[in-house]
Amino acid sequence: MKITNDNAKELRNDFPIFKRKINGKPLIYLDNAATTQKPQRVLDAIQRFYEQHNANIHRGVYQLSEEATEQYGRAHAVVGKFLGANANEIIFTRNTTESLNLLAYTVHAIMPKRKHIVLTELEHHSNLVPWQQFAKRHNMSIVFIPMKKDFTLDYDAAEKLIGGDTAILSVGHVSNALGSINDVKKLVSMGKNAGAITIVDGAQGAAHVPVNVKDINCDFYACSAHKLFGPTGIGALYGRKELLEKLPPFLFGGDMIKTVSYQDATWNDVPMKFEAGTGAIADAIGFAEAIAFIQTIGLENIAAWERELTQYALKKLRLPGITLLHGHDSAGIISFICEEIHAHDVASLVSDDGVCIRGGHHCAMPLMGKLGIPGTCRISFSVYNSFEDIDQLISSLAKIQHMFKEGGKT
Amino acid sequence: MEAHEMYREHILDLYKHPHNFGTLKAATNTHREFNPLCGDDVTMDVIVEDGKIRDIKFHGKGCAISMAAASLVTDAVKGKPIAEVKRMSKEDLLNLLHIPVGPVRLKCALLALDTLHKSIGDAK
Repeated sequence: MKITNDNAKELRNDFPIFKRKINGKPLIYLDNAATTQKPQRVLDAIQRFYEQHNANIHRGVYQLSEEATEQYGRAHAVVGKFLGANANEIIFTRNTTESLNLLAYTVHAIMPKRKHIVLTELEHHSNLVPWQQFAKRHNMSIVFIPMKKDFTLDYDAAEKLIGGDTAILSVGHVSNALGSINDVKKLVSMGKNAGAITIVDGAQGAAHVPVNVKDINCDFYACSAHKLFGPTGIGALYGRKELLEKLPPFLFGGDMIKTVSYQDATWNDVPMKFEAGTGAIADAIGFAEAIAFIQTIGLENIAAWERELTQYALKKLRLPGITLLHGHDSAGIISFICEEIHAHDVASLVSDDGVCIRGGHHCAMPLMGKLGIPGTCRISFSVYNSFEDIDQLISSLAKIQHMFKEGGKT
Repeated sequence: MEAHEMYREHILDLYKHPHNFGTLKAATNTHREFNPLCGDDVTMDVIVEDGKIRDIKFHGKGCAISMAAASLVTDAVKGKPIAEVKRMSKEDLLNLLHIPVGPVRLKCALLALDTLHKSIGDAK
């Protein structure tokens, strides 16, 4: 379904939150890179599970447990298909951060014994801090693929950085702070040629770019449901089957074992080996429903609409006192700075008009340091945003600029 | 509460024309603190003499609320005994700011006082 301004506004009817008002004004939600709103069908799917199918999985042989197990298994298949993978290559985690931590606690067992972890300067803290700790534990160092002035990665530099010293290459698919889309296929190919383990942080990517992990050819791909219209508290880690089989478990306990004696245990098959304890069963089903919602529209169509909104917003934001931090290609995310006004003040004040935007460092403090700024204002689009949302933001910004210009003159 | 209620004339004025902004080369006590929420960054330079704050300056970057609070708190403590400054509470600071501060922005409002307290932690 091709999205137009009219049907974007109509789509809002599927999302109950848009019924509420903020300070008596309609909710204008432009913080979709943080989390998206949830459609009724996702909320219904979660509710339906608890009302009709609730039981623990993999243990009971009674009907309810069979239903729950079947639905949980299907959720793996749905997420797998969405990412171009098989059901048994999908591990459910809490979120992208946990997916990356799972790797940071286990991947040493399968990586080539070399000294470098390669990341990019654009990373979110979740694809940086776990590797800093990993580097300390394994006496390794991190090297960063630099960002160029146009906010894209320097692929020539990447070519030189990725090589015989690279044990792990872990890169963000889309920068959450600036929206830049990285050519992960190209980077992964460099990593593969060097014999490194290749990981993609898809927290933003999976929501805005159609993903096929086999085409990207990465070893691992991490994402979160809540940025894809799904519930919070559930995410996924795709792993290449043969690597998941070699990878040691991260968490130990029930469900992840095959046999247990008082002294020792053997591990269950993948993905159960990595899903210790009772998981977020209802949320996994919600995750699958969110993907079904995306597929009724088509991620290509969502991405196209987000690009259209981005172009419109970029045109409207070319205003005195506003600096855009924006490259040529972005996935529905725009960062900007208001001269003399801190991003936090902007985000607070537009909220009075019902407008939700993000102000701050966007969990990318080193990147902000490189740019020489404490933070930016960030807007990020989704399927239900309209041109009018952007118009309202622009008029709220004008009001704030006036307030800071005229106020406190004494 | 609407956000614009925080941005009163005196706050905007202090944001544009901060008091005690700068550095003190002769500082006896210095501390830098961050507000990870929004990236506010405040450094307090203090000269402690005879158990009192003889001089104080701050520098850094931050939102209007955190910067106004830094101006007000540095004004308020100049010449005051250390023991008294250490006793300054959240309520004292909010009285100085004289605006309604919502729960999310409380961290911004309190950053300067927190930085000051840390800078004089071991001073008597």
